[in-house]
Amino acid sequence: MTFEIVLAIIATSLATYSSRFFGVLTSIKINEKSKIYRWFNCLAYSTLAALISRVLVFPNGALLETSYLSRIMIVLFAIFIFYYTKKNLVYPTVLSAIALTILNVYF
Amino acid sequence: MINSKVFLRGLFSIKRFDSPGIALGASFIAIGALLKNIGFTIHESIFSSFLIYALPGSLVLAESIIIGASLLNIFLAVWLVNARLYPMTVSLMPLIMEKNQPRWKYYLSCHFVAVSSWLIMKSNYKKIEKKHRIDFWIGIGTATWLIAIFSTIIGYFSADYLNKDMMIGLAIVNPIYFLCAMIGVMKSKSISIAIILGAILGPIFYLISDEWCILFGGIIAGTIAFYIGEK
Repeated sequence: MTFEIVLAIIATSLATYSSRFFGVLTSIKINEKSKIYRWFNCLAYSTLAALISRVLVFPNGALLETSYLSRIMIVLFAIFIFYYTKKNLVYPTVLSAIALTILNVYF
Repeated sequence: MINSKVFLRGLFSIKRFDSPGIALGASFIAIGALLKNIGFTIHESIFSSFLIYALPGSLVLAESIIIGASLLNIFLAVWLVNARLYPMTVSLMPLIMEKNQPRWKYYLSCHFVAVSSWLIMKSNYKKIEKKHRIDFWIGIGTATWLIAIFSTIIGYFSADYLNKDMMIGLAIVNPIYFLCAMIGVMKSKSISIAIILGAILGPIFYLISDEWCILFGGIIAGTIAFYIGEK
């Protein structure tokens, strides 16, 4: 293994674990029925939503090769399938992947 | 030490047809292929998924290696993108903490906090007696963590067979799955506002700062949702 890559992996894992570790430390004094717990619960969902929409609107990696329009179409398509299949999670996921691949090949 | 019956129940909860296993697996196959393409060995790729186990962090690592960023820059960039794990952990641990359980279980198993395992636990914790929830959580975490590691290996060895269009298909699986999952959990006023506002503010704040957008967007959206939802 390359020494530089191992150091980069360790730095990445420490940065990631620190948030989890301090989360446990903070949790020790928090009651699940308290207001602060409910605030953290809102923060958890909102930061996740911020991350997911950031990935869809300003992606990195392979999704950079796709257009805004195709991603918007796929998101709307996925939401439609999600409700059409009575909130099934597999169908919109798999169909969206296939649809985006086809869109990217032919358009 | 660990209630094996409850642990196995958590472990096999990933087998459900609509579990996040598919989204998780597809994403880590893409990560495995990406790591191979930027010059990681198989050992380095496994090591990274084993220790990091967070998709955005792995992507930042890959990008940082490509541009030759310093260790401090890598640490800060990953910390910012993965800071969401802090509120996620705080919103999970009080639900599974029990005085009689040893603390090491919590400090060790917090490594499993990721969107997939978090969503499974949040939607199933009420079915488990509180004193056993930590073992159930360790079961879920072990299953999702192993999926991530094995998918990285699959992705690494199939990198040569995955063309650009297939990588795009794999890359959209994760955000679409979790987008739908988030819509699915919008059952209370505060959570619905948190998700909708977070989804709007995240990209808006990206225009100001790409590194701080998730944290700023999330904190502002979550705080507004809390105040409106609590009234």
